[in-house]
Amino acid sequence: MRRATLFAGLIAGFSTLALNAAQAVEIEYWQYVFDSRVKAMDQLIENFEKANPDITVKQTTFPYADYQTRVIAAKMGGQGPDVMQLFYGWLDKFVAGGLLQPLPTDAFPHDKIESEFFPIVSAMKRGEDYYGLPTAVRSLALFYNKKLFTEAGLDPANPPKTLDEFVAAAEKATKRDAAGNLIVAGSTLDMAGQDHQWWREVLVRQFGGQPYTDGDRKVAYNTEAGEKALKFYTDLQTEKKIGQAGFMDEGQAAFRAGMAAMTIDGTFRLGAFKSIEGFEWGVTELPANDDGTRSNYASYFANGISATTSGEKLEASKKFLAYISSPEAMDVWLKTVGELPARRTAAMTEANLADPIYGPFLKGLEYARTTMFVDEAAQRQTTIDMANRVLLEGQSVKDSLAQAAAAEQAIIDAAAPK
Amino acid sequence: MSVTADQQGAAVSRPGGTFWERRSMRTKRLVWVWSFLALPILFYSVIRFYPTIEAFWLSLTNWDLLKPPQFIGLANYEKLFADPQFWKVFKNTFAYLLVGTPISLLLSFVIAYHLDRVRFMHGLIRGLYFLPYLTTAAAMAWVWRWFYQPAPIGVINNALGTIGIPQQPFIRSVDQALPSIMLTAIWAGLGFQIIIFMAGLRSIPNTFYEAARIDGLGEWAILRKITLPLLKPTTVFLVVFSSIGFLRIFDQVYNMTTNDPGGPLGSTKPLVLMIYQTAFSSYAMGYAAAQTVVLFTILLFVSLLQLWILREKK
Repeated sequence: MRRATLFAGLIAGFSTLALNAAQAVEIEYWQYVFDSRVKAMDQLIENFEKANPDITVKQTTFPYADYQTRVIAAKMGGQGPDVMQLFYGWLDKFVAGGLLQPLPTDAFPHDKIESEFFPIVSAMKRGEDYYGLPTAVRSLALFYNKKLFTEAGLDPANPPKTLDEFVAAAEKATKRDAAGNLIVAGSTLDMAGQDHQWWREVLVRQFGGQPYTDGDRKVAYNTEAGEKALKFYTDLQTEKKIGQAGFMDEGQAAFRAGMAAMTIDGTFRLGAFKSIEGFEWGVTELPANDDGTRSNYASYFANGISATTSGEKLEASKKFLAYISSPEAMDVWLKTVGELPARRTAAMTEANLADPIYGPFLKGLEYARTTMFVDEAAQRQTTIDMANRVLLEGQSVKDSLAQAAAAEQAIIDAAAPK
Repeated sequence: MSVTADQQGAAVSRPGGTFWERRSMRTKRLVWVWSFLALPILFYSVIRFYPTIEAFWLSLTNWDLLKPPQFIGLANYEKLFADPQFWKVFKNTFAYLLVGTPISLLLSFVIAYHLDRVRFMHGLIRGLYFLPYLTTAAAMAWVWRWFYQPAPIGVINNALGTIGIPQQPFIRSVDQALPSIMLTAIWAGLGFQIIIFMAGLRSIPNTFYEAARIDGLGEWAILRKITLPLLKPTTVFLVVFSSIGFLRIFDQVYNMTTNDPGGPLGSTKPLVLMIYQTAFSSYAMGYAAAQTVVLFTILLFVSLLQLWILREKK
């Protein structure tokens, strides 16, 4: 009798084990390789699996340059991730290609998304549906070298707040040798870096214009405001002589090497700048214009659910996506990767806002915009070329601007669904 | 089981021999030859020829990787020939070819011709010339990219500064960027061409030279009448090889101008880089295939033209 009970107990034990095993769902998560991102995700997966023992998540990564191609190729091959990371600017392509499904509204109600996340999350909305949610977002700020500030007689505790102050500080900090060669740039000028975002979403607006209309499908910067914005930018090199495009090869290299007093860059640069040992640096909000108008450019990678995921995998994917967009996950991400939480409440904590580094970036998020690129690389190239025509070929600001506007409109039109 | 099969095989082969044994020596050899040749042929068909033919078809479609390709006729070619960017790239590609090939061949011949006579540290000098050819193109391009930087870090500009020559923008200039990159490409390929030229020079029998000297021919005449004509097969090979290399130039350009791919205002952009960007940055696969077909046609035409010009006149 006793034996029988033991036996029954054993059987029961085995069967629950077997049942558990049968219930375990494995879902696959894809992102691109970037050391701190992979580490952060490993930690999130571990936490998630602890809370949901019936779900396992497998993380697969690819080099950034191959990532899009791999996702698309996997879709063609009928295999791919259940949850995937994507840049917000790829959304049109991914939706058109049927790679993503709309986020189920039972797990991700729209009013919650709209009230809890920063407004830039609207870049993940097409029609009535959201297709992804970010864990973290990035914005721009002005980095400045405190050592060079002190040497130039500037107050390192009081970085420039307006464009005029920015130019004045840069003029003071610029150093040249006897032959007139730049030794220290007041500010980096690097359209291929983040300057093109600064020009497009910040300067154009600060000079009274707007970069695009019609959901970023019509180029609108070919106006007097755009002209002033471009003239302001190119004058930094030609008139004010506070920097030089191509100095030290790249803007971020010049700043890192302590040969530029200021540079405009994003949160994603924090990791690289943290290893600087030769000098102390600070971060401040992007300069405002005279009437106090500020703007910023924010971007993010979001996570979405694959169009082909269904059944229990879909349920597991919903849980996983909900977890990696939770305040807890955002905190892990901030600490590991250094990117800002995408939820207002998780981001705008007193501790974060008081942080001398995260604070300025977070303030920027409040008024940041995202550009709805159709082909980021190609659109960036038109802006680089626009500045180069003025700086290298001596084309007039007006003509170069008009040419850039026409070229960019052609890129946008070519990408429009027919 | 296998034993019985063997026995049966042996039994069948005994009376008139098997099908295989009854074939003639010649047929057998042919079968062997073809079974060995079939492997590379199959490999090439799958890896080379099939994708090439597929590219021709894709160039007539609007494939973007995501949606199934749709036939759109010659629209990609019309777009390409109307694109000022393409003509700029086309011009750049031919600048690499028409300037790069003669300079690199002339240079490598002069070096090989003289190096052939040098006994002192011959091996070391030859090794030094060959070294760049062994180096990864990407690594080399980055070193040169830093050489070309403005004053505080650029070696070349620093040197110019000390002798009082003003700073040159090099790869940041619309005019100097292409020659700057071409110089790197020529330097990188020089070692290989020198080695091939030297091999060609060594293969010319010494007796010809001795006979010429006995007849009192000068060095210049020997070079013109003996060395150059007998070196023709080597020259033809190098002209074709180097032309194809310059027409396909990519590594140096891409790595020296990654932050503005193709140099300021596309001043150094070759066709291959344009294809790469169209395909893997804009994902316009159909359009990229059309560009590839154009490049293929140019390569074919240039190679055939060179072979025809440099053919043996009988």
